[in-house]
Amino acid sequence: MNPWVLYALSGVALFSVGLVGLFSHQHVVKRILASNITGSGVLLVLVALARRVPSGPPDPVPHALVLTGIVVSVSSTALGVALARRMARLQAQATHLPEHEPRSDGEGP
Amino acid sequence: MTSVAALMAWPVILPLLGAVLALLVGRPGVRLVAGVASVATLMASSMLAWEVAHQGVLHQSIGGWGAPLGIEWRADGLAALMLLTIALVGPLISVHALDHFGDREDREFLPLWLFVWCALNALVLSADAFNLYVTLELTTLAAVALIAVRRDLPGLDAGLRYLLFALPGSLCYLLGIALLYGAHATLDVGTLAQRVQPGPVTWVAAGLVTVGLCLKTPLFPLHVWLPPTYTGAPTPVTALLSALISKGSFYVLLRLWLEVFAPVMDAQVGQLLGVLGAVAVLWGSALALSQTQLKRVVAYSSVAQIGYMFLVFPMATSGARAGAIYLVVSHAAAKASMFVAVGNIHQAVGITALGGVQGLAYRMPFTFLAMALGGISLIGIPPSGGFIAKWLLLNEAIGTRQWWWALVLLVGSLMAAAYVFRILRGSFLPLPPGVTVRSIPLGNELAPLALALIALVLGLVPWFPLDLLAIGASR
Repeated sequence: MNPWVLYALSGVALFSVGLVGLFSHQHVVKRILASNITGSGVLLVLVALARRVPSGPPDPVPHALVLTGIVVSVSSTALGVALARRMARLQAQATHLPEHEPRSDGEGP
Repeated sequence: MTSVAALMAWPVILPLLGAVLALLVGRPGVRLVAGVASVATLMASSMLAWEVAHQGVLHQSIGGWGAPLGIEWRADGLAALMLLTIALVGPLISVHALDHFGDREDREFLPLWLFVWCALNALVLSADAFNLYVTLELTTLAAVALIAVRRDLPGLDAGLRYLLFALPGSLCYLLGIALLYGAHATLDVGTLAQRVQPGPVTWVAAGLVTVGLCLKTPLFPLHVWLPPTYTGAPTPVTALLSALISKGSFYVLLRLWLEVFAPVMDAQVGQLLGVLGAVAVLWGSALALSQTQLKRVVAYSSVAQIGYMFLVFPMATSGARAGAIYLVVSHAAAKASMFVAVGNIHQAVGITALGGVQGLAYRMPFTFLAMALGGISLIGIPPSGGFIAKWLLLNEAIGTRQWWWALVLLVGSLMAAAYVFRILRGSFLPLPPGVTVRSIPLGNELAPLALALIALVLGLVPWFPLDLLAIGASR
């Protein structure tokens, strides 16, 4: 087996593990981490694909895609964590100060 | 910069400039900047559509790098029609949002909406599979921020839920694209269409791309995130999500499926997508009928309407393509109008239950006129865009001898009539005692009406959009 196939298959395995984690956990932080693992799996597949022709220099295009993919992944993780933190703070406030009951739907005056 | 390059760049650059400027100027100027940017983008989109209508398909290589290596942008009739739809529907929704939000959210809603607009326009124009992934993600990230713009618990919860379903969706898409690149060494959609061959790699890649995009759109049974997200988001944002943002991923699916995958896939896969669409129509309509919250009725109706769009895949003819695209456009206008009307009702009486509409037809005539006109398009009664779309799909169902889809269209329409009339019937009952109706600014009453009129006009003059979307249809 070519080494790149091994790397690509590990990427697919990571991707699957991440997906299972994403849909089997309730905890928000675990789900954000799982989506990160899913993303890393895809990026690993892309890195491996660059070597699919064994002779000559590796294909630079997948590497460029991986760089873009990392930027997207960092931004989405950061956004997810920021939302989760804000939510945790609001939930803590809601339990300490019951008079500030959060509205049960998105509407209000 | 040649004039074609400028024509294609402005619809993306103008909302981006507007968004950044609006963030910088802060409270006093945000509405002015957003207004100017919206008008300018509408003009740029119209000019591009005009050019496509008269000159045919436009191509542009970003930075002067050609297709195999660089990123290609392509504006055909479908892209032009989508640009126009976004440019007409989006600003009308944001007009409604002005009085819906407080000062702080206003300051943040408008730039975020301009970011979504920029991302959607780039998505529509992109002809590069990886560039499509980036624009899909840009749309998602801006949309998540929009959903959570109020920073309250329901909004944050809805935003996170959306993010955590949209992310695996785009990652599935990306893995599919990676496989396609590995097999065919190109990301350009046109070149991919020439190179794909039937085989396991193509099938797995098509499966991943389809599942990923169906998760984002969403297609039954991947729609579980939709009702809570649509209900938790502020109503103007729900309108944007349902009318425009969900159409972004469907647009990518439609393009890739019809241009790249359809010739090399087994017809059974198209049938499977059609069956899921049909179940979505029936299941979504049944759930819309059983809801007790007004906003949830309209949200489940979106599940059903998206189902109709997937009927294009088993038929895969140019007529069915036209029907599905027509439904995308008319649903954008009609559903935006209904969600904005729901927002008006919540603002007026503060009741979220379906019973809250009681007696309001007399107090908010424009809102309920909009609700009725939007409802007509959802049901598919002439004259409305929804009617033209369903007529086209019905014709193709009979023309391709797949009468079962015609049955789905008819039953779905009946069920839509039932849930629309359920809302309208309540509004004509006498106003219950003890309910105070706050007055709504006139602009808020007229915004949904204008949206509903777009859906109506789509039914009256279908030639222009139909001619436009035929440009560059078959390659």
